[in-house]
Amino acid sequence: MKNSYDAGKYDVVVIGAGHAGCEAALASARMGKKTLILTMNLDSIALLACNPSIGGTGKGHLVKEVDALGGEMGINIDHTTIQSRMLNTAKGPAVHSLRAQADKWDYQLRMKNILENQEHLDLKQGEVTELFIEEGKIKGALTKYGAYYGAESVIIATGTYLKGRIFVGDLNYEGGPNGLYPSNELSNSLENQGFIMRRFKTGTPARIHKASIDLEKMVAQPGDEEIIPFSFMTDKIEGEQIPCYLTYTNEQTHDYIRENLHKSPMYSGDIEGVGPRYCPSLEDKVVRFEDRNRHQVFLEPEGLNTNEMYVQGMSSTLPEEIVVNMMKTVEGLENAQMMRSAYAIEYDSIDPTELKRTLESMRIENLYFAGQINGTSGYEEAAAQGIVAGINAVLKIDSREPLIIDRSEGYIGVLIDDLVTKGTNEPYRMMTSRAEYRLTLRQDNADLRLTEKGHEVGLVRQDRYEKYLEKKNAVESELERLKQVKINPSSLVNEKIREMGTAELKTPTTLYDLIKRPELDYDSLESLNPDHPVLNREAKMQVEIQIKYDGYIGKQMEQIEQFKKLENKKLSRDLDYTVIKGIRTEAIQKLTLIKPETVGQASRISGVSPPDVNVLLIYLEQQRRLNKRSEKSE
Amino acid sequence: MDGTIAAVATPPGEGGIGIIRISGKSALSIADKLFLNIEKKKLSELEERRLSYGHIIDPKTDGVIDEVMTVFMSGPKTYTTEDVVEIHCHGGIIPVRRILELVLDCGAEPAECGEFTKRAFLNGRIDLSQAEAVMDLISAKTDSSFDMSLRQLKGSLSSEVTTLIDSLMEMLAHIEASIDFPEDDVEEMAYEKLLRDSTDVLSKIDHLIESFNTGKILKDGLKTVILGKPNVGKSSLMNAILRENRAIVTDIPGTTRDIIEEYVNIKGIPLKVVDTAGIRETEDLVEQLGVDRAKDILEQSDLAIVVFDASRELDSEDLEIIELVRSRKSIVLLNKTDLSKKLTEKDIESYLPSSKIINTAITEGSGIDKLEQLLHDMFMSSDVKITDSVVINNTRHRDLLMKSKKNMTEAIESINISLPIDCIEVDIKNAIENLGEITGDSVGEDIINTIFKNFCIGK
Repeated sequence: MKNSYDAGKYDVVVIGAGHAGCEAALASARMGKKTLILTMNLDSIALLACNPSIGGTGKGHLVKEVDALGGEMGINIDHTTIQSRMLNTAKGPAVHSLRAQADKWDYQLRMKNILENQEHLDLKQGEVTELFIEEGKIKGALTKYGAYYGAESVIIATGTYLKGRIFVGDLNYEGGPNGLYPSNELSNSLENQGFIMRRFKTGTPARIHKASIDLEKMVAQPGDEEIIPFSFMTDKIEGEQIPCYLTYTNEQTHDYIRENLHKSPMYSGDIEGVGPRYCPSLEDKVVRFEDRNRHQVFLEPEGLNTNEMYVQGMSSTLPEEIVVNMMKTVEGLENAQMMRSAYAIEYDSIDPTELKRTLESMRIENLYFAGQINGTSGYEEAAAQGIVAGINAVLKIDSREPLIIDRSEGYIGVLIDDLVTKGTNEPYRMMTSRAEYRLTLRQDNADLRLTEKGHEVGLVRQDRYEKYLEKKNAVESELERLKQVKINPSSLVNEKIREMGTAELKTPTTLYDLIKRPELDYDSLESLNPDHPVLNREAKMQVEIQIKYDGYIGKQMEQIEQFKKLENKKLSRDLDYTVIKGIRTEAIQKLTLIKPETVGQASRISGVSPPDVNVLLIYLEQQRRLNKRSEKSE
Repeated sequence: MDGTIAAVATPPGEGGIGIIRISGKSALSIADKLFLNIEKKKLSELEERRLSYGHIIDPKTDGVIDEVMTVFMSGPKTYTTEDVVEIHCHGGIIPVRRILELVLDCGAEPAECGEFTKRAFLNGRIDLSQAEAVMDLISAKTDSSFDMSLRQLKGSLSSEVTTLIDSLMEMLAHIEASIDFPEDDVEEMAYEKLLRDSTDVLSKIDHLIESFNTGKILKDGLKTVILGKPNVGKSSLMNAILRENRAIVTDIPGTTRDIIEEYVNIKGIPLKVVDTAGIRETEDLVEQLGVDRAKDILEQSDLAIVVFDASRELDSEDLEIIELVRSRKSIVLLNKTDLSKKLTEKDIESYLPSSKIINTAITEGSGIDKLEQLLHDMFMSSDVKITDSVVINNTRHRDLLMKSKKNMTEAIESINISLPIDCIEVDIKNAIENLGEITGDSVGEDIINTIFKNFCIGK
């Protein structure tokens, strides 16, 4: 190592201080490990480089889960929110999804503050250019300025910085997000270690000056009257909410785009990276959905102390001049003053099927990957991976059992299982439709699902744990009580029942069964249920949901039970699939590549058929008995 | 793996008795729903491990299906170590299959290939040294059934199931788009439309199930079509079959004179024989119409009997017919072998390698008995290679259709009481999964692709 110096030794070094890096570093430090977090720029910690909001469908679930495990994202957004909405309230509770607009600068500043003040955590500016690996184990990382940090574990959370390239119209150049520098050397170091780097692409729309917008012509989108917090630790959020605004593109906009389409690098073929389908550029939408005569455009405030507005719905790779003109065809944006340009960014990512479910590399021990480098997109997806990587790095150092959240336990499990089992061909975004046990993986019960796990690993603090236990016990005992208390069909009772607009009782009926009726709920039974305990809002909601959707939740629990059977059958990483007679060649290849950790995971690999799984089960049983026999003979 | 499974345990082919084996926790309770002994006692009231004489009774109609011997053996001293019931019924495909269907309707799952043995092994019943044999068994059976389902899927079942999946997928994509992208200008799925579409799908599933019904086969017969160009002996064949077997109905539609359908019973197997004698022989039919017509009939048939004139070489018309039946189950008759033989089995095998070939001289009455024996064997035996679309896989397909029916019925109930859309979605998705198991498709990534294809989504 030429021109380097020994800058110290850490248990865990986290490279990158975006949403994945922050959660990883905090988890590690909070679990007592000496941790270092390195960022290329201390001003870009927890940068919301694209939309100024946290949460949304599926993503909101992830934030709640990160929070339930003892992460920071939920608390951070609760402190810095300027508008909050619960989406999908007209649908079932399983798909209610929280989304909050953030004050971007507040969000970053508070997170920086949390990192700075976290015990066991050092925060430093520095670009890591090289990783050091000996005998397949990570040893440390070197920065551009020559600082060498020894490490037991390294977590790479580099977002879109690796060999970042910015595209605006036909112009393209090396660059990171938001005018920051890219990181070019670390990518080479990874390639030298045998990682195959892939090019992914994402983009962000322009920002415009609020005063240049005719808000009168747009529809204001206010927040909910009552703000529901993200964190299970936040009781109440008060304060003024800032609205977003809705307007639409029109035929004039679309004609203008069509005339200038040839100026987009997406259509000239200059961009090779794969972009996400759920973040199409406006030109994409116009081309693909020709018959739509308008598309939505949302104007979102970027913060309280700024006039910058985010123009959601107008991502574009067209040249700046065209974007400006295109924007001016939209009602309310006739005089729009652009402050920041729209751009697309292309970057290196790894193939996540190279990872274990702990997000550790299969080839290099104690090297973890989290966030966009794994081919995901979104702050929330990044945070979810960050906390899992951070926790597992620590558990591995301490030779403890890893934390694996499976598909039936959380969206985090769905996310990671999808990544390491199936990989992804485009930046992966969480969607509730990816979760097969969606009715049980609700945002309201994330604590009931995960806080125990967070506590077991040592990340959840005592106050959170007690709050969780209190809720859990209250819900369980109340459900039990409601099943016991029977209401007799007296004429007095039936009079009340009639008033409630539901069918009279003929036989003694439990409160539980009454709440199940579509016309009734917990509160409406007040007069028949005078002895109920005082439940807080959260607990009451749990009770109600669990009763109302009893049938469907029960069905999912049965499916989960089936799922768990295969999920609990562990597979050794060293298993040689080629010696197992009866598995088809295609399946052998896939199994050898993915190295699934359970039979369940194996069954989800595309190309592995149910009979292959059956043969595998027989083989495992054969091996188990052989081992047992040899133990006996010893 | 704890589910109760059932399958026909007797080997394919003819036999005096057929055995349906049920294994698992619910084996006895399922048997109790179907079996009464001669003193009207249920199996659970009778002595274990002793054959009891009685009847299988359809619980829906109370009608007697077959007289049987039944035995219950409680675990773990059984082949699978689970509770096992065996029903010994009359051999032959009809009673065996009908009883299996009832068992499945009462809650058993159709056993996968080699599943009894797999269970026996996993439960420690089979010696370790047998493990490889077990694996071989599973993979070997799988290969042949894989092959079979692929062949079968070329037929109309596949296209009908695929159409159903497509309709459900459209519904699901719409629901999912409105859930995952609530602010993206996706119209909410109206419950009225959801109800309409679900009801429509359900009735189509019902229709498909109906077509699988053994009872229907008994009533309508297995549809067998006779094909061949003019003057090869089709009509003589038809007459010969009719002469030797009792014709049940003779049906000559007055509007068309080109197709003749006859119901016959060959050695207990009901056949509906369709003679396309008229095709091409009727002057006023445009030639193309004849081929289309034949294609249509083939499409609806279980088996084709193709007749060639063995005293001539194959000509372009013969080749056209070969092309039509190439992907179908067929028996080839080399007729007029009493004349000088210019066409041999080898010639046919090169075109139709999987066909059974019989030499006949129909006007002389020679070869008819062989044909009848073959027809009988094909439908009686459970030899999957021959009777795939009618026997083995159908049990599994029927079961999957029944499951999709149950899921759609529950979806409709939930729509009617206005449960949230994300609950209803669960049933619809399960129904797609069931149907997907028939065609070998899974919902997974498909649904997401459909969302992005059908809806303008994203910010």
